[in-house]
Amino acid sequence: MKINQISLFLENKPGHLNAICRTLSEKGINIVTLSLADTQQFGIVRLIVEDWQRAKDALEAAGHIVNVREVVAATVADRPGGMAEILDVIGQAGVNIEYMYAFTFRHGREAVLVFRFDEPDRAIAALKSAGRNVLDAVSLFSEAR
Amino acid sequence: MALTEYAHDLDTPVHPVSAPDYMPAEQLRALQLHRLQGLVRRVYDHVPLTRRRMEERGVRPEHIKTLKDISLLPFMLKTDLRDEYPFGLFASPMNDIVRFHCSSGTTGKPIVIGNTQNDILVWQNGCMRALAMCGVRSSDVMQVAYGYGLFTGGLGLHYGGEGLGCAVLPISGGNTDRQLMLMKDMGVTVIACTPSYFLHLIDEGMKKGIDFKRDMRLKHGVFGAEPWTEEMRAKIESLTGIAAHDIYGLTEICGPGVANDCAHRHGLHVFEDHFYPEIVDPETLEPLPDGEPGELVFTTLTRTGTPMLRYRTRDISRISAEPCPCGRTIRAIERISARTDDMLIIRGVNVFPSQIEAGLLSVEAVLPHYVIIVDKVGGLDTLEIKVEVTRETLSDDIKSLEALRARVAHAVQRIINISAKITLVEPHTLPRSEGKLRRVTDLRQKS
Amino acid sequence: MNTQPIVENRIWQPEAECLPRPQLRALQASRLREAVSRCASVPFYREHFARLGISPDQIRSVEDVRRLPLTTKADLRAHYPLGFLAVPRDAVARYQGTSGTTGKPTWVAYTRRDVDHWSDLCARFLVAGGLRPEHTVQIAFGFGLFTGGFGLHYGIERVGAAIIPLSSGNSERQLMSMQDMRPEILICTPSYALKLMDTILNGDVPRDSLALEHAHFGGEPWTEDMRERIERGLGIRCWNNYGLAEVQGPGVSGECAFRNGMHIQEDHFLFETIDPETLEPLPDGEKGELVVTALCREAFPVIRYRTRDIGIIYADGDCPCGRTTRRMSRILGRTDDMLIIRGVNVFPSQIETALMRVEAVAPHYMIEVSRPKALDEVTVHIEMQPGLFSDSMRELQSVRDAIGSAIFSVTGLHMHINLVSPNTLERFEGKARRVKDTRRLVD
Repeated sequence: MKINQISLFLENKPGHLNAICRTLSEKGINIVTLSLADTQQFGIVRLIVEDWQRAKDALEAAGHIVNVREVVAATVADRPGGMAEILDVIGQAGVNIEYMYAFTFRHGREAVLVFRFDEPDRAIAALKSAGRNVLDAVSLFSEAR
Repeated sequence: MALTEYAHDLDTPVHPVSAPDYMPAEQLRALQLHRLQGLVRRVYDHVPLTRRRMEERGVRPEHIKTLKDISLLPFMLKTDLRDEYPFGLFASPMNDIVRFHCSSGTTGKPIVIGNTQNDILVWQNGCMRALAMCGVRSSDVMQVAYGYGLFTGGLGLHYGGEGLGCAVLPISGGNTDRQLMLMKDMGVTVIACTPSYFLHLIDEGMKKGIDFKRDMRLKHGVFGAEPWTEEMRAKIESLTGIAAHDIYGLTEICGPGVANDCAHRHGLHVFEDHFYPEIVDPETLEPLPDGEPGELVFTTLTRTGTPMLRYRTRDISRISAEPCPCGRTIRAIERISARTDDMLIIRGVNVFPSQIEAGLLSVEAVLPHYVIIVDKVGGLDTLEIKVEVTRETLSDDIKSLEALRARVAHAVQRIINISAKITLVEPHTLPRSEGKLRRVTDLRQKS
Repeated sequence: MNTQPIVENRIWQPEAECLPRPQLRALQASRLREAVSRCASVPFYREHFARLGISPDQIRSVEDVRRLPLTTKADLRAHYPLGFLAVPRDAVARYQGTSGTTGKPTWVAYTRRDVDHWSDLCARFLVAGGLRPEHTVQIAFGFGLFTGGFGLHYGIERVGAAIIPLSSGNSERQLMSMQDMRPEILICTPSYALKLMDTILNGDVPRDSLALEHAHFGGEPWTEDMRERIERGLGIRCWNNYGLAEVQGPGVSGECAFRNGMHIQEDHFLFETIDPETLEPLPDGEKGELVVTALCREAFPVIRYRTRDIGIIYADGDCPCGRTTRRMSRILGRTDDMLIIRGVNVFPSQIETALMRVEAVAPHYMIEVSRPKALDEVTVHIEMQPGLFSDSMRELQSVRDAIGSAIFSVTGLHMHINLVSPNTLERFEGKARRVKDTRRLVD
């Protein structure tokens, strides 16, 4: 049920993010979602792509440092309170969120929350037993296409 | 310097510099009276504030005929030092002042203490006698990890060690890795620092696999500048195998070297031929007999730069009524157990909540709601300040929040001179006043 | 040669500072002989002397110093910590230190007599530069192992002036003290004076609220240009002196009221100039590396210490101040890669030592030194590498903090840490030039 996310180090300089996207597009790799966490001086780009191994190879060949990490993706209804419900479940399970980000899919009708947990397996179990929809790679990428 | 004569190390249980500690009691009282009379005359002649207060009470210097007559005299307070800032309490011409020291005041301005050459020698004598009481001798290598500068800890112990003929390593505070490295490499036998910093050194040393008993030549720790407990002493001694000594002093009186504990640990012997102690009831201000707890008051019998007459320390203690088995005739005070005001001592530095407030509120976007949390992590004092900031600021991006946090941290550090962890929180998330608000939470263990 | 004094011409120890030259040379020769016999208890010198067949009685004139071996910082490091100690440890009254090229400092030791001499030698240049017993002096040098704070502190104490031992940093506090305590003399690095001057000229602290008359600078190289700016800006006199921890600390040489360069305290220090490549002695008047022999030091004698500082010993005759000692120029550069940042000596190799503490494989790095306003700023650019990277911001920031504190622990300086993308820093064939220094420190 876990998704492989790749992340890269990014200096906060014009053109650096663009260079990453160009490397992937030259290889025909589609970016499902991209999230950027940054400080004044540097940032971390986190990407979800269908063929993470090929993306990693391409980016490393272009001189980037790439880190692969398992994250959990869960859908949430795109309405007020939707996100709070899911966070409640995680909070009650006592799992820590290292970071999270969100994107919409299915033509904007639903949102996907991407989490990195300290204990992903416990989080998945808690989400499932609360009846939440945890996406695996196949459904995520087929829906996102 | 005249005191260097004492440096001849006889390596006897009683160091020559300690001779006045054993002066016969009658002789000591006669000396104190003689010195008190001289002091009162000096202060009456040169310090307008004290003269006015004495006149209001109808007291003149010649009324001091016995030591008991000290109770006729007015007190001095920390606020007097603030009100008379910077030089109003000086009793010597500026030409005779050779050193200034400061301690943080209750507002942004520090309190200023002027030392004449005589005062430096008196202070050095106190520190030499304190170190000698600990068993420090000229063959020792002393690492002084108290801060140097206006703070009296560093230079006080430095001159004390130098006077005894020790090899002094003036590393000053901070940079723990370096402290440990040189303690080991230089075969240091005496460490002088705050007890909390020493605990931190032990912790960091353990992380690096340093066993103090095996890897260090350390024999003595001279710890002061903040309150600490017997429990902490036991912990330090069992972890490191050193003898942990308690040294007491305050900048207003000179600095460290006012009192120190002897091997019998029945309290801290006050070098009362220079620093005359009294215990008074903090409410009525009536003198209390030896053995009764109350506020500790000092009179600096021999100082000439900024002499203190009945200075109220705000420290709660008692003077031991029993003679100490060590044979010293100078009386001992009990370990300082509490303060009568809200001053916090963090990493050896005096901090008042009002100072923190002044720093916080100098920054725009900061709301006047804050809490101060003092704790001890890994043996080291930590200071956290949670402060509310306006909602507009919080809705901005991370970069400007970071910048705001840095600004607040700087504004606070500028005044209190130590760094604090700043946590910015949303409006209305901190407790509000319902009567008397306790802004300060001190999680450090108190006994 | 200036023939008019800038302040009243005063001499602290005229019997030593104005000793007629023939007597001075004779004194140097006999003290050199004593220094050589003291050094015989130091294994490093004993071995060299044995190899060269030198014994103290062969030292008859000052010129004989050339027969003695040179001593380098590497020699001191190889005998860490106290291989050069020439007295029993009981006789040591003080240890001071200076940063080494790696994480370990270079230690120096003083007997009580060494400290006593040091105090007088500092009093000499302070008095020459306007200090009087009735003055109040604010010391904005750090105390601690650094020799600057203590050297000046004891020198001022010797003269009998009042000391405000403020230590370094916290400009608001420095300025408040300058207004409230009204010191006539300030001791600091020249760049720190520039920083304080900015605040004063902005009008935040009115000049007439200060009593300042003189500043004694040290700890870092500076220029005549800076002197002019500060003297004009603040209406004070700025004085230069020279010293280094390995031979004592401050008080090795200093300017007099006529300001014809810095008088070398020749009764205590024997100076030579050498060509740093051939190591051949150079005549006075020629620019070269300064080599110093400490003639009187008991605890830590050094002979022919290569300072790595470039300067000129003047050959243009006697100064009208009455001192008979030779004079030297400002420091005009270095013969190694040492940087002086906010008065602290830093070697690029120390940064590498610090990086190795965080990651076994030191990443590529570049040190950028600048002086955007008055104070030195250092940014260490570090290339990201796999062992350092994490997808968590918290972890990445803690890596950056860890690098910063490792650098602080080795150098004692806070530096900006800038993580950069891989393969973006310049690569070098052969000797890497890892330092980009945009400050202008010499004339």
